Amino acid sequence: MRYWNEKMECMGAEEMRALQGERLRHIVRYTYERVAFYRQRMDEAGVSPDDIQTIDDIVKLPFMQKKDLRDYYPTGMFAAPMDEIVRFHASSGTTGKPIVAAYTASDLDDWSEGVARCLTAYGVTKDDVAQVSYGYGLFTGGLGAHDGATKVGCSVLPTSSGNTAKQIMLMRDLGATVLCCTPSYALYLAESIEQDKDIDVARDIKLRVGVFGAEPWTEGMRKALEDKLHIRAFDIYGLTEVSGPGVGGECECQNGTHIWEDLFYPEIIDPVTLQRVPDGQEGELVFTTLSKEGMPVIRYRTRDLTHLTRGRCSCGRTAVRMAKIMGRSDDMLIIRGVNVFPSQVEAVIMSMPEFTGQYFITLDRVNNIDTFDVDVELKLEYHSDSIKNINEIKSRLNAALVSVLGIKPSIHIVEPGSIERSMGKAKHVLDKRKM
Amino acid sequence: MKIKQLSVFLQNKLGRFSEMATILGEAGINMQAFTVAENAEFGIVRLIVGDPERAARLLIERSFAVSVGEVFLLEMPDEPGALAARVNKLSDAGVFIEYMYAFSGANGKAVVALKPSDAVLCEKVLGE
Repeated sequence: MRYWNEKMECMGAEEMRALQGERLRHIVRYTYERVAFYRQRMDEAGVSPDDIQTIDDIVKLPFMQKKDLRDYYPTGMFAAPMDEIVRFHASSGTTGKPIVAAYTASDLDDWSEGVARCLTAYGVTKDDVAQVSYGYGLFTGGLGAHDGATKVGCSVLPTSSGNTAKQIMLMRDLGATVLCCTPSYALYLAESIEQDKDIDVARDIKLRVGVFGAEPWTEGMRKALEDKLHIRAFDIYGLTEVSGPGVGGECECQNGTHIWEDLFYPEIIDPVTLQRVPDGQEGELVFTTLSKEGMPVIRYRTRDLTHLTRGRCSCGRTAVRMAKIMGRSDDMLIIRGVNVFPSQVEAVIMSMPEFTGQYFITLDRVNNIDTFDVDVELKLEYHSDSIKNINEIKSRLNAALVSVLGIKPSIHIVEPGSIERSMGKAKHVLDKRKM
Repeated sequence: MKIKQLSVFLQNKLGRFSEMATILGEAGINMQAFTVAENAEFGIVRLIVGDPERAARLLIERSFAVSVGEVFLLEMPDEPGALAARVNKLSDAGVFIEYMYAFSGANGKAVVALKPSDAVLCEKVLGE
């Protein structure tokens, strides 16, 4: 099967716009009538539901952001009564209150529809054994992938995250063919498999597809994971505020992430002027949920930076494509006045075969100057009896980082395995300047 | 003659060397000679032990970064001029000594381990 839902994934542009317009008209009225927040914001902006007729009218609507979701914690953004809500999820909420998302049965159905479309685009079928190593619980990764794989009809192995030795044993013994987890946990699993002398990837591991998301990752990481695990690695995109993983995903062309725009309408805006930018131009990704009932969002600013490409993809899909997200504007570090994304550091490290790919950035301020320290691990086979060799590799990394970032880091070679491995979303940065 | 040498990468962290020494000690592996090359952040312990393959395996299992290479072993009488005579031969032949360290003394013999810039030439010069 090439498509999960050919009609929606391959719909012509005008027909799609008509469908989006119809759904937008409905969701605007629905939220206006049911949620005080939307009524208030629209009244303030002088827009009434009657002003929204086509999808182009969306630009009349005000934006919302993460802070609004926090301010209306816990239930202020719910549009459906509690007896229709069948599930909650919540963001990790490292700062302040978490963001709670609520789903009706129909929302869960749409969400797993999105995941099923992604899995089918990766070539996954009901004959696959799908190991879900995203964390189960409030995090949307585990249950999101689980429901999608169940919908496709896969044999689902719900290992959740952690207990790596057991994960690998079950992966081998049950012949898992699909692995769903964060790319950083996949890298850790791959390293653990490499270190296990009893397991040979080619002989014992049947994986063929990786379903990786929940954190930004680079082409270098993709290549490393594909080589180590003998798979094709695909991006799955999503966020709790909009639903969870499966808002979009790559296809076999691995040339952009298709957004399921009949369900989740994307726009790109200039984060400063808040004006729409043309296709192809980078800006902040904004989402409107076109069918959600439990907790819809309208023009929600994701802080993710990317650009959109329209037109039919070689896979046959017309669903708009989004470029790989190189960073959340929240993740951007300003070091000595220069903008740096952790993913840029990762891309450089991944491009050098000498390193394991694990890294950790520490920022601090000493005598009013930002310090920028990067810990990296040299692979075992690049160790020798010579400090000179290690320093030579280190200065090549240094030169590569300087040329990409424009500022000079202080690189530290640490023992392999000493950078903490993540079971879920990786923590790559400690910014002591904020403490 | 040539002998296997372990090189162990150690971050400059308190107790890291003793951890390594303890693992070897508990496994009954004797350190016959070692030297430490260090800079501000890490050191490389170069080490000659009784059972290098097993020692390397044990340390790698405990997540030390270990590489195994070869160095030359020079045995000579423990008396003035003995080492000078041998290393003169090497410098005359154009062999650099990248590093060298001595064994703990035993039964009247002096032994050093030596890493030459050119192993083939070194072997020829030492007449082995």
